[in-house]
Amino acid sequence: MATLRDILRKIGAVKKTQQITKAMNMVAAAKLRTTQGRMENFKPYAGKFAEVLGNLASGIDPEIHPLLVKKEEVSRVELLHFTADRGLCGSFNVNTVNAAQKWIKGQQDNGRDCSLTLVGKKGRDFFRKQGANITESHIQIYGKIDISFINQMARGFIARYLSDEIDEVHMIYTRFISMAKQEPTLVKLIPIEPPQRESETEKTAAEYLCEPSAEELLIELLPKHISVQIYNAFLQNEVSEHAARMSAMDNATKNCSEIVENLTLTYNKARQAAITAELMDIVGGAEAIKKA
Amino acid sequence: MGRLFLEIVTPEKIVVSQEVDSVVAPGTDGEFGVLPGHIHFLTGIVPGELRYNAGAGKESMAVTTGFAEVSNDKVSILVDAAEKTSEIDAERARQAMERARERLRKDKRTEDVDHLRAEAALRRAVMRIRVVEKAI
Repeated sequence: MATLRDILRKIGAVKKTQQITKAMNMVAAAKLRTTQGRMENFKPYAGKFAEVLGNLASGIDPEIHPLLVKKEEVSRVELLHFTADRGLCGSFNVNTVNAAQKWIKGQQDNGRDCSLTLVGKKGRDFFRKQGANITESHIQIYGKIDISFINQMARGFIARYLSDEIDEVHMIYTRFISMAKQEPTLVKLIPIEPPQRESETEKTAAEYLCEPSAEELLIELLPKHISVQIYNAFLQNEVSEHAARMSAMDNATKNCSEIVENLTLTYNKARQAAITAELMDIVGGAEAIKKA
Repeated sequence: MGRLFLEIVTPEKIVVSQEVDSVVAPGTDGEFGVLPGHIHFLTGIVPGELRYNAGAGKESMAVTTGFAEVSNDKVSILVDAAEKTSEIDAERARQAMERARERLRKDKRTEDVDHLRAEAALRRAVMRIRVVEKAI
């Protein structure tokens, strides 16, 4: 059985771990608030954008732009995959990596080549070890991204799509549903499927005066549409990461309390046993003297 | 006469959301003005100066690329970035321009994130300076 001092030392260690997890929880909470704020600020832009694009696209023949046309033969697909830069956020990274692996396997079973664009250190490390075909990886850019970086990224995909280097672009990111639920989500980036109009009462492109023509305007908006989606994925993924870390650290803190409780119980029992043993010794000794 | 409702939105935040009398913005096919009762209208926005009048006050802003929608006396302007001219510090913009140029001279790796950021910073700085100088 562990000695009293061993148990005490263990209690101290667990308490220190608890302090760390508690601090990480609070840091995650603070970061969550700021990223959530950014996500909220982005919503009006994204909403308005989808509305206008939907209105514009509804009256227009998809043949006008190659980004809207599905390629007949798809042999090479690109996946934009988001993970966190850091661990200690529960099953966050595992879930999204599993989702990506499953998707890649599905594509390969259909005889398609997969290449990856990775955001986040965890994903990069994993897929590099796997020997996957990595086009590009970005690490430690969460919180530093701005719209011009995203535009650049979108332009890269579009250029490679138009030069037939890749035939489809998808992305997997973790969507933030609630504090307790975040879900890996697959989105098809290219070819673009324009957002559906929500109601029939809205105006169609024909009712707008467009400058230049509706077609030209749409062509200008399509690359932006991809940027908007990527930006959204960045924000959602970041918020999800912090939410996941927060709940993971909350659990860890609770588990620490439980362990400390159990250890304290063991410690008290051991102490009582030691006292009892000592008393027995004394009583036994006294008995022996009396007899003698 | 009715009034217009102007909304300028960037991915980071809503910059302006208020009632105005008129708006002049830099469109793809040249500058255009909007008054109440304007026809439903859609156009691209190019980097430049956007002005609007609200009551007696005049406001001028520097905007980057994006697009504008006018419908039912509501003007929605969606751009990558927008800044009020009065909030632009000309001296700082000039310094930022110099810094960005310097960095671009030294650093030729065009694929690098830092390089892209410097390029974007240069574009922003140049546009700011242009708008400010016009305002003075």
